[in-house]
Amino acid sequence: MTEPLLSVRDLRVEFPTRRGTLTALDGVSFDIMPGEVLGMVGESGAGKSLTGAAIIGLLEPPGRIAGGEIRLRGERIDILSPDAMRRIRGKRIGMVFQDPLTSLNPLYTIARQLTETIRTHLPLSEADARQRAIALLDRVGIPAAARRIDDYPHHFSGGMRQRVVIALALCAEPELVIADEPTTALDVSVQAQIIDLIKEICAERGAAVMLITHDMGVIAETADRVAVLYAGRLAEIGKVKDVILDARHPYTKGLMGSIPTLTQESDRLVQIPGAMPRLSAIPQGCAFNPRCPEVFARCFVERPEPVKIESGRQVSCWIEEWKVGHG
Amino acid sequence: MNRIARAWDSDIAWSFRHSPVAMLAALVALLIILSAVLAPWIAPHDPFNPASLNLMDGFTPPMEPNAFTGNVFWLGTDNQGRDIFSAILYGARISLFVGFSAVVFAMVLGISIGLLAAWRGGWVDSLLMRIADVQLSFPSILIALLIFGIARGVIPPAYREEMAIWVLIVAIGLSDWVQFARVVRGAALVEKSKEYVQAARLVGAHPARIVLSHILPNVMGPVLVIATIGLALAIIAEATLSFLGVGVPPTQPSLGTLIRIGQGFLFSGEWWIILFPSIALLALALSVNLLGDWLRDALNPRLK
Amino acid sequence: MAEPLLRVEGLWRRFDVSKPWLNRVIEREKPQFLTAVADVTFEIARGETFALVGESGSGKSTIARMIVGLLGASDGRILFDGKDMTALPASELRALRRRFQMIFQDPFASLNPRWRVGDIIAEPLRTFGLATGAAAEAEVGRLLETVGLSAKDAEKFPHEFSGGQRQRIAIARALSSKPEFIVCDEPTSALDVSVQAQILNLMRDLQDEFGLTYLFISHDLSVVRHMATRIGVLYLGRLVETAEAKTLFREPQHPYTRMLLDAVPDLALSGRRRKPVTGEIPNPISPPSGCAFHPRCPLVHDRCRETLPEPHSTATGMAACFATKGDRAETETAGTA
Repeated sequence: MTEPLLSVRDLRVEFPTRRGTLTALDGVSFDIMPGEVLGMVGESGAGKSLTGAAIIGLLEPPGRIAGGEIRLRGERIDILSPDAMRRIRGKRIGMVFQDPLTSLNPLYTIARQLTETIRTHLPLSEADARQRAIALLDRVGIPAAARRIDDYPHHFSGGMRQRVVIALALCAEPELVIADEPTTALDVSVQAQIIDLIKEICAERGAAVMLITHDMGVIAETADRVAVLYAGRLAEIGKVKDVILDARHPYTKGLMGSIPTLTQESDRLVQIPGAMPRLSAIPQGCAFNPRCPEVFARCFVERPEPVKIESGRQVSCWIEEWKVGHG
Repeated sequence: MNRIARAWDSDIAWSFRHSPVAMLAALVALLIILSAVLAPWIAPHDPFNPASLNLMDGFTPPMEPNAFTGNVFWLGTDNQGRDIFSAILYGARISLFVGFSAVVFAMVLGISIGLLAAWRGGWVDSLLMRIADVQLSFPSILIALLIFGIARGVIPPAYREEMAIWVLIVAIGLSDWVQFARVVRGAALVEKSKEYVQAARLVGAHPARIVLSHILPNVMGPVLVIATIGLALAIIAEATLSFLGVGVPPTQPSLGTLIRIGQGFLFSGEWWIILFPSIALLALALSVNLLGDWLRDALNPRLK
Repeated sequence: MAEPLLRVEGLWRRFDVSKPWLNRVIEREKPQFLTAVADVTFEIARGETFALVGESGSGKSTIARMIVGLLGASDGRILFDGKDMTALPASELRALRRRFQMIFQDPFASLNPRWRVGDIIAEPLRTFGLATGAAAEAEVGRLLETVGLSAKDAEKFPHEFSGGQRQRIAIARALSSKPEFIVCDEPTSALDVSVQAQILNLMRDLQDEFGLTYLFISHDLSVVRHMATRIGVLYLGRLVETAEAKTLFREPQHPYTRMLLDAVPDLALSGRRRKPVTGEIPNPISPPSGCAFHPRCPLVHDRCRETLPEPHSTATGMAACFATKGDRAETETAGTA
């Protein structure tokens, strides 16, 4: 088996506040293989964006990594100096955020932002960097790239800006791209184009993708595997097809049932009662126990660890644990 | 849980308890305000009662017995034998009264204009904000002087003395409303576009009711901040006007008046007559200003 | 067919998006107008859920705001229960207002943060003079329980609730004046999916219980599919297609509707092959000539670039497209003629 590109083990992120320390991520472990697209899905506050921020070393203070390790091709990157981490960001890990405007400096032309990033990470002359930038813009679908490269970000529409950001993320040939809600701010018809673009272009360049989103539909379209987060913990991880068509964790089951689809005919959606707990009030035992339809005594006492139920599939649930234990 | 415990546990109380500067400033301001309010009971002398003054006590240095009478004054006396400490207490009383009243006046005026501009929009908004712009391009002390001058011309001489304080309050208030109006207008425009205001419009709630009970409570945070900082500015403005001799009448000396009296003796060696009132003014303005700064930071969610 | 509860006729809305007067004079620019809603006509029958779908700039929220009276119409008529709201005297309009309500998109902005939940819900009761004092309080408690909260929650402030609970409060408020018609402007787009399901289910239950009529505004076709009985598709301020919900998804007529359907991610992993979506929504200040969709349309023809297609009835409802009107040949002859 090949070595994972990114390996996260027992990641724990804490936020010290005046009312005590909040644990925003607790014991999250997963791998991303080279060239693979891993979806990271969860509701707001589940910790999916924090996972991305922790990996690239951009946790907002006072948040901090309190435990676990993050390895990029076997090398620990969670303990690197901010300076060393900056060299990895952009070069080995590219980033695409929800709002393209936060990734682009409104005062500089697209050409300047792209060539600067390219020359920071690659030994290229100004002219070569520009050629490369134009080729990239062309590849991400900017019409008349050679002319439009000298425009400013506000000259572009939202969808076009997100294409520029994707070009920016890819310009130094990273091994991993972390895309945090890359399509949430876009219109439905543009969203589909951007999803296709990310998928295609990363496959073409052999870059792995960590796709963070709240939208199961986007995951279904794009990802190879999916990790479902709940209250800062990993509920379930596995191949997209397995998780979507045969969810095992009661939360994932509820989540899948609650999404309206174009094909269903039912009158009512499956609903999970209640809401995800606040970080300050995560229940003892399994975090999902107050909302779980299949809850039993053990769930209130002990926290279930991820258990491997088949190759590449892990579920954190006592029921699955029992099934595995009893054949 | 009762109200007091909940208030003590709130974010703002927490931020207060963790800011030594804010606590010290609050302590100083509270001390000055309390002693000013309680001046008639705690001042050792009544500087306004000519019968209690003894000209022989004049120019007594601090903490030294007077050469003729043997009386000791903590902070010394001025040329007329007034006890400086008592004069400061009474002076702070006047300064604070003028400051508070001027800020309340400016606040009411500014909030009304700001809300009106934001709610009506269009030419009403343009007109009011252009007036504000014009006023902002003059130093506010100049505006206060102008208003003061006009008032002197309008009010008959017989009433000038007793009206002086009110004229001063109006003059400072009128020179200071722009800040409030601008901030209130900006915040009100944001609130006005929010959906809860639309929801109230939808059920046909009266515009005055929407503005006063929906929008106003939500713009009061920044208003409080400017009001606090404005209080320090108003106190200084009052002192400046009184120092220039156009403020309160000499029979009711404020801190500014005391400083003006004192600066006449600065070069003849009676330093205490100007020093102590100046320190009192500085302590009052600085502590109020620091409180305002803290309040601004505490209410600003972006700095948390 | 019975009289529709709401009828919108030839509705227009233009916004003045010019620079301030002084800048315009100095820079010698003409005033600019944005046509947000253009000639929109539709009907909503009692008890049905009519959905307006569209992307940004489609004018769906503008239509919602005109219907409830938050925005004036530039032209056209809005008839509620047969009465033209654009021409009604204020007193009659007030009486009419009690009968419709609105649920907003962002439950964090639609509740006044300084008001107690009880006062928020009671505001329509008090403003319309329906109940005061203890009667209002009792009604608030009953409404809170109707939407799945507790009567005790009336004492709390909005920040003590989660997004889903806040939307329940907003719904309780909307129900308080016992309306017949509720405009729902993206009511779940700010919520997480599991909470969205709760709110959608609640809205359907309330519809059954109180016989409500909904105008449901959304950009999410899957949600619309779940909620609507009839659907109108908007593109750049114009209604391009209306149809019964079921048939719209089975047989979309207008090329834009087809494109929207193709853009919805396939959650069932059916492996359905989709046509790639192309292009972006043009700037509404300078929309394309003729049919506004023509630069993105796979069926575009010369005629589409010059002439605006009139709405015509189709097998499933209405569409405004030359290609869907009659057969393709007719369009082609028209195009070459």
